[in-house]
Amino acid sequence: MTVYAVPGSDGSAMTYAERYDHWIGGEWVPPASGEYFENPSPVTGQTFTEVARGTAADIERALDAAHAAAPAWGRTSVAARSVILNKIADRIEQNLEAIAVAETWDNGKPVRECLAADIPLVVDHLRYFAGVVRAQEGGISQIDDDTVAYHFHEPLGVVGQIIPWNFPILMAIWKLAPALAAGNCVVLKPAEQTPASIMFLVGLIGDLLPPGVVNIVNGFGVEAGKPLASNPRIRKIAFTGETTTGRLIMQYASQNLIPVTLELGGKSPNVFFEDVASARDDFYDKALEGFTMFALNSGEVCTCPSRALIQSSIYDAFLGDAVERTKAIVQGNPLDTATMIGAQASNDQLEKILSYIDIGKQEGARLVTGGERADLGGELAGGYYVTPTIFEGDNSMRIFQEEIFGPVLAVTRFDGVDDALKIANDTLYGLGAGVWSRNIHTAYRMGRGIQAGRVWTNNYHAYPAHAAFGGYKSSGIGRENHKMMLDHYQQTKNLLVSYSTSKLGFF
Amino acid sequence: MTQETSRTGERVAVTEAAAAQLRRLRRRNGPLMFHQSGGCCDGSSPMCFPDGDFITSDADVLLGDLAVAGEGDDEAFTVPVWMSREQFQLWSHTHLTIDLVKGRGAGFSLEAPDGVRFLIRSRLLTAAGEPGELSGPVSCELPPG
Repeated sequence: MTVYAVPGSDGSAMTYAERYDHWIGGEWVPPASGEYFENPSPVTGQTFTEVARGTAADIERALDAAHAAAPAWGRTSVAARSVILNKIADRIEQNLEAIAVAETWDNGKPVRECLAADIPLVVDHLRYFAGVVRAQEGGISQIDDDTVAYHFHEPLGVVGQIIPWNFPILMAIWKLAPALAAGNCVVLKPAEQTPASIMFLVGLIGDLLPPGVVNIVNGFGVEAGKPLASNPRIRKIAFTGETTTGRLIMQYASQNLIPVTLELGGKSPNVFFEDVASARDDFYDKALEGFTMFALNSGEVCTCPSRALIQSSIYDAFLGDAVERTKAIVQGNPLDTATMIGAQASNDQLEKILSYIDIGKQEGARLVTGGERADLGGELAGGYYVTPTIFEGDNSMRIFQEEIFGPVLAVTRFDGVDDALKIANDTLYGLGAGVWSRNIHTAYRMGRGIQAGRVWTNNYHAYPAHAAFGGYKSSGIGRENHKMMLDHYQQTKNLLVSYSTSKLGFF
Repeated sequence: MTQETSRTGERVAVTEAAAAQLRRLRRRNGPLMFHQSGGCCDGSSPMCFPDGDFITSDADVLLGDLAVAGEGDDEAFTVPVWMSREQFQLWSHTHLTIDLVKGRGAGFSLEAPDGVRFLIRSRLLTAAGEPGELSGPVSCELPPG
């Protein structure tokens, strides 16, 4: 096992700059206001860099750069764009450790996840869209003997993207890779909780893109995000976040008549059928890990399996084993590769999680394990740590209905497929779900019956580029990942061509 | 949590720390509103906007008006608190107090640049005289079920 040195210290894999300006038109640009905001690491609570505090003037400057670049970038051959995306992927792969450490320091997540999941997925998503855009074809429809409809894909132009703080770099690439592959230019605003790692990344890869194709403006939502989302100079807005801001962004989009992609979270059920426990084998072990996935990324995942539904006949024994697995989670220094759960991303996130643990207790849910802030002592004493927490209760309780975005699991029981489906679908959201069964009929019926965009079946928290991701119900609009994502960033141009020399005869 | 300025019969309240922040925001932005969010990332946070910036509709319910007392040159004012109707059906048994903590950002909420975040603290509505359903002039009728 390895403990990575703190960024900037002797032997560290990377060093953050003392200050980050915006990235506009292929260069670092100071904020128009001259103001910067401090960025603390959730690992220690201590500020490690300061970041440009963007305003409407910076957004307009970024849009100027994007619009200047868009015509040429949109005409670039798909082969040329593909090469650039592959070069970015290669550069990231060559610097994987440094980027992983940067991400951990900005976000608080365990570096083992950055090394094994976040950053390798970033590389793979770039390569996927570099490849799949070259396989994309338009269409030809033979309307009649002399008339042909040609369908071309064209880029939208300049698009806006607002990125969440839970996977700062991966979520940025989820949005950037298809947008760039499809020939768009982007103005992107990172989350103000995690503004630094993506600036470190752009410092590594910025030279690979023509100036103005990607522009990054940091700042607060109300000061920089709103002028971007409401701007009439973007042809689309993509947002990952929560429902109120999602609705607000749709309101702005309706005023500008532009499309939106919204990913707004979930309250994902993870359903364990009795046959899971018919043997104490590798599959049983896998299912226990699947249960414990609620702690991945400190629970800060839109698809966190934050409700576990266990069939009554195995409830006590399975929960007992699952609690043991949960108690074995190693909490500690996120820069230690042995650490399984790190820090929550911000102080207010920590406070919110604790407020949910409080209402869970008030509603009569039974606290099985965890349920408190963890003080890891030493330099980590100021960080934002919560012990993995399991409650037993009823699906009507607020801890079963609201996305806590922390390592807090709400467990209940069910009897049979119909009951499982009823509880699983009794939620406002429909982003992810998990089904665990050795019976293909049960698994299929549940998978089709759950109202969610993705149902992991006998696995959980896998995010391959070639699988569509997105929400039913209040979890959002549109999809991310998969070839179909290209459509979200493209116009359809139809040329309707007559090869007939005869008039119609109307006039 | 600081002392909340709750009165019997209300389902929303505000702490002194949050009220002081609302006074600052009103000086800068004029009349204010809250819309309680749900879902991802900064979800479950009360979002503070200039009043009317977020368009409410029949899809929302008005939980009540926070009464913020006057102080110094600031006159007393109220801040309406909204929530989506479907979310309210799951929250209706709880009393909500809007508090203020140190923090960073949440959507387009107005307080974030000040390094603070509004935060919901909840308790069960069990005390005598507390509403089980919305009623009175701040109410919307809920659909059956």
